Amino acid sequence: MSDTLRIENIELPDGGAELRLGGRLTLAAGAAAWDQLRNRCASTASEVRRIDLSALELVDGAGAAELLSLRARRSMAGRPLELVGASEETGQLLDLYGCPNDHTCLKEAPPSPTALEEVGKATVGLLENARDVLDEVGALVSATARAIRRPRSVNWREIPQLMERAGADGVPIIALINFLVGLIIALQAADQLKRYGANVFLADLVGLTMTRELAALMTAIIVAGRSGAAYAAELGTMRVNEEIDALRSLGLDAQRFLVMPRVIALAAVAPLLTLLGMVLGCLGGLVVAMTSLELTPAIYWGELQRAINLLDITEGLTKSVLFAITIVFISCQRGLGTRGGAAGVGRSTTSAVVAILFSLIVLDAIASTLFNSVRNG
Amino acid sequence: MAEERTGTQERGTPVVGEAGLPDTDQKILVRARDLAIGYGRKVIQQSLDFEIRTGAIFAILGGSGCGKSTLLRTLIGMQPPLEGEVEIAGVESLPPPLDTPPPFGVSFQSGALFGSRTLLENVALPLEKWTDLDQRAVEAIALARLRLVGLGGYENYLPAEISGGMQKRAGIARALALEPRLLFLDEPSAGLDPVTSVELDELLKTLNRNLGVTVVLVTHELDSIFRIATRCIMLEKGARGIVALGDPRELRDASDDPRVRRFFNRLPSSA
Ligand SMILES: Nc1ncnc2c1ncn2[C@@H]1O[C@H](COP(=O)(O)OP(=O)(O)OP(=O)(O)O)[C@@H](O)[C@H]1O
Ligand SMILES: [Mg+2]
Repeated sequence: MSDTLRIENIELPDGGAELRLGGRLTLAAGAAAWDQLRNRCASTASEVRRIDLSALELVDGAGAAELLSLRARRSMAGRPLELVGASEETGQLLDLYGCPNDHTCLKEAPPSPTALEEVGKATVGLLENARDVLDEVGALVSATARAIRRPRSVNWREIPQLMERAGADGVPIIALINFLVGLIIALQAADQLKRYGANVFLADLVGLTMTRELAALMTAIIVAGRSGAAYAAELGTMRVNEEIDALRSLGLDAQRFLVMPRVIALAAVAPLLTLLGMVLGCLGGLVVAMTSLELTPAIYWGELQRAINLLDITEGLTKSVLFAITIVFISCQRGLGTRGGAAGVGRSTTSAVVAILFSLIVLDAIASTLFNSVRNG
Repeated sequence: MAEERTGTQERGTPVVGEAGLPDTDQKILVRARDLAIGYGRKVIQQSLDFEIRTGAIFAILGGSGCGKSTLLRTLIGMQPPLEGEVEIAGVESLPPPLDTPPPFGVSFQSGALFGSRTLLENVALPLEKWTDLDQRAVEAIALARLRLVGLGGYENYLPAEISGGMQKRAGIARALALEPRLLFLDEPSAGLDPVTSVELDELLKTLNRNLGVTVVLVTHELDSIFRIATRCIMLEKGARGIVALGDPRELRDASDDPRVRRFFNRLPSSA
């Protein structure tokens, strides 16, 4: 008994051709059988009019689906194809999978949005102008992601979308918060500095605090509130709905399938957001420098350049990646560990955010200490 | 008839369904030995001893909360037994492995569809992961599975956009995706109207008869039990053991256990 599909080509007297199938047409026969069948249909010199199934040893549901979709495609193209000689069992299976008419055998195009929806979306898009900034980056990243996406590791596919949600959508709030933090630090320091005539050092103070420390931390806190909470709730809901079990029953692992894409997405997006935070923090400082310390932008900018070196920026960015991984890790673990319905999801989300904030501060202290010793040693 | 088919698996190349189960010349596909199930220290059922033969349609019966879902989850290895063991095709049942295709299809009580994916994507997911078929073939198969459960035309809907009964049927379509030889279904017909429910029974019967699929299902539907089940096991809350085991028709006609009579005659427990 043969394990594969055999195809025999028979010329019909009226000019067409018939394919006589033998062996097995099953899911287990894999792509080879599928390709073979399609190629033979496409490549015979005379038009294939009939497929004879009488010599097939076994057809399963997948095989039946393929035969029917083949027939549907042909008939939609105006070149009808007959399936003949099916055994009783195969016939029943074909009936079971049969479609009322041909186009129902083929995938429907996803519904396109109505005009009203388009207008609505465009309006919202205009209002949220700020996020266009990172949309460019997002497009670039999603292109890269598409390139490295292999057919089997489905989860690559989720990364661009995750990056957009965590990155582009978070830009306005992260920009605003960092700007205000820079402004607040500057305000607090301005009086003291003026008293000693050390006005220009405002740039050092704001610049260093923002790059080394606060841009990464403030950004991480926002990301924890936005994405961390979302991941915990999302995975928690999936756990409660038995979706995690369902994944497992399909041979897919929640860690690889759900957690990895989130780690990659957040670790890629967090440094970009942090960089943005650094710039806006310094701008916040500049506003105070100009309004209450009579510094010009040129002086402020020159002093910033003198004060900040690459190591400071590296420190901030390293922390941001570290924070991102921590956020994903804690939120996903809390989410996956959810017990007990909707209330459980709420509990996981709360506990994820609290645990993340605590860990961020502790990690920040450790990382700062390390970088300080690098700087001094 | 059905049993002859299940022993044919001698291919080294991918893939699924047939290759997923070890060679099952054995007539006994699933075996539970002195099984105790539950959560942590809480025992829900114990001393469960039964076997499920290749080619059977095996029903797990019992009132709400008696541990049917728990038993099903223990059988498929998602939940460790508190005592005893479960074997599937002679191998201890553990959580499905990640490096080979899953050896059986499962549909969960809640449907458990992936909320962020359309129905088509839900059904296509296992095919993308475990076969080398191209997108078009995967879609054709996934679509056919959806049609099979009466969801043709809904392929682009998200789970949240369809009713509970439809979600349940989509879950069954997904369980069938990889052409499994063994199916576990948790209350597949709950939430379905009588007509759809009969159609589902017919579907299971055809899969069983024509492709030799062994079906293990949890159900409350008496009609469905008599229509398709070849064997059944009955549990009762707090009884801590099998109440009855055998052919459902014989049990209905011959059992003198009051609990069995009550179940089959739909009497409340006070009667
Ligand atoms: N995660 C859990 N932790 C602890 N106990 C649980 C858990 N899930 C279920 N139980 C308990 O196990 C018992 C059996 O639950 P199970 O879901 O197996 O019932 P069932 O027979 O499937 O009921 P139904 O017909 O309503 O689906 C119930 O009494 C329930 O309280
Ligand atoms: Mg249940």
